[in-house]
Amino acid sequence: MKTFDRRDFLKLGGAAAALSAAGCATTGAKARVVVIGGGFGGATAAKYIRLWDPAIEVVLVEREEAFTSCPISNLVLGGFTGMDTVRHGYGGLQRYGVQVVRDEAVAVDPAKKTVRLRRGGDLAYDRLVVSPGIDFTYGDVQGYEAAMQSGRVLHAWKAGAQTVALRRQLEDMRDGGVYILSIPTAPYRCPPGPYERASVVAAYFKAAKPRSKVLVLDANPDVTSKGGLFKAAWKDLYGGILEYRGNAKAVGVDAGGGTVRLEVEDVKGDVLNVVPPQRAGDIAVQAGLVTHNNRWCDVDWRSMESKAAPGVHLLGDATLSAPGMPKSASMANNHAKIAAAAVIEQLSGRAPQPLKIINTCYSFVSGSDGIRVSSVHQWDEAQKTLLAVKGAGGVSAARSAAEGNYAWNWARTIWADSLG
Amino acid sequence: MRLVLVLAAGLLAAGTALAKDPGPGGRLAAACALCHGSAGRPASAAVSAIAGMPKSEFVARMNAFRDGTRPATVMHQIAKGYDAREIELLAAWFAALPKEAR
Repeated sequence: MKTFDRRDFLKLGGAAAALSAAGCATTGAKARVVVIGGGFGGATAAKYIRLWDPAIEVVLVEREEAFTSCPISNLVLGGFTGMDTVRHGYGGLQRYGVQVVRDEAVAVDPAKKTVRLRRGGDLAYDRLVVSPGIDFTYGDVQGYEAAMQSGRVLHAWKAGAQTVALRRQLEDMRDGGVYILSIPTAPYRCPPGPYERASVVAAYFKAAKPRSKVLVLDANPDVTSKGGLFKAAWKDLYGGILEYRGNAKAVGVDAGGGTVRLEVEDVKGDVLNVVPPQRAGDIAVQAGLVTHNNRWCDVDWRSMESKAAPGVHLLGDATLSAPGMPKSASMANNHAKIAAAAVIEQLSGRAPQPLKIINTCYSFVSGSDGIRVSSVHQWDEAQKTLLAVKGAGGVSAARSAAEGNYAWNWARTIWADSLG
Repeated sequence: MRLVLVLAAGLLAAGTALAKDPGPGGRLAAACALCHGSAGRPASAAVSAIAGMPKSEFVARMNAFRDGTRPATVMHQIAKGYDAREIELLAAWFAALPKEAR
């Protein structure tokens, strides 16, 4: 079977008008769903709609040529794997008949049911799925944007170029230097992610430059996820290397002076990895889907349909999270399955049925050992939201190499489940 | 034009071969795909392949995870989130999936 090459992406990318004109009449499709964003949410939604109802035409709009996974990217920072491990193409989705358009969605008109593309004109849809991920509220940390522009301060909280740049900074840092990781107030993408990052960077220092320090400045009062397991690993493995401070919120950064400014003091470091506060990705803001605190998007958890725009489904980290639900890859992937089932029902004139879903998040505490948290979430008719099932879920009994192996299996399996 | 038609037919055939109306069992089972794979086949041997597992074995395993008689790192916690009716639905779905990739 022919697989689309890069030229085909570009041809499709410049041809939104042609796609629109082709429409349902000539392809025989019963409806067209446009999906914005090819991350764990969007890619999975595109695949599962086609998997479950091939009569629906699915167009995925994604600005990047390949997907870069945040999960496992901390291992790149620790030097335990390479970027090629976390980068995956979109070719697999075409096996399911998903049309991948490489362009950027810059505007949505929910009344006209169209998506405006940066290069390719307008794309019409019957239902829209938006999986926008996160963007940052840089203004919350004084001096951040200038410091980031200089290349001196990085977040690396979207895996990609910043991951590579931060790894370079860690390699270039002198033995005896201080790596500062600043964590924003929750909620943010991947609750255990910062603590995993601190752990694997400490593992790298321990092996390669043992006089160095990891200093974690957490805006939250305490470790927000798998606290007992992380702290046990830090005590057992990284005494004298990793220092954790709660209630240490970064309010400013000075790249020239190498300082992170807290509310009461300035802290000096050699590598400044400041992760700013977050909100739903820009396209969600533009499309008017943000409903809460100027940051997050409320949805009907039976269908993932936006509370702000009928016919628009919103997935992943950008959602106003249901109680006890983390902003995780597993959740985005399973949000997508709720949305796929709902889209198919709604396009057939039926009401969406609630779907029970699972969250599982693995973290590495060294190059090999893993820990995990899991939960099961189901619709609660009284509270009209998804709630964690009581008595189910929990964390690993202890860190282990076996959990590390399961973490790798999870990563490889969810990449395949999301991207074909 | 002919090439386009052939290509379209190819895509359609591929879609048809892979596609399956999930029904309630398939939709419920989709959440398991994080670790066990889209079609019940995980990416590594570290985790059980559940595609094609006989229904009775699936039900017995889930019940043993639930009551703690089968040792586990995670499934004892996940299985407690599912009732007998749901376990039956999952068992029937996975039993009907092919063990090997087609």
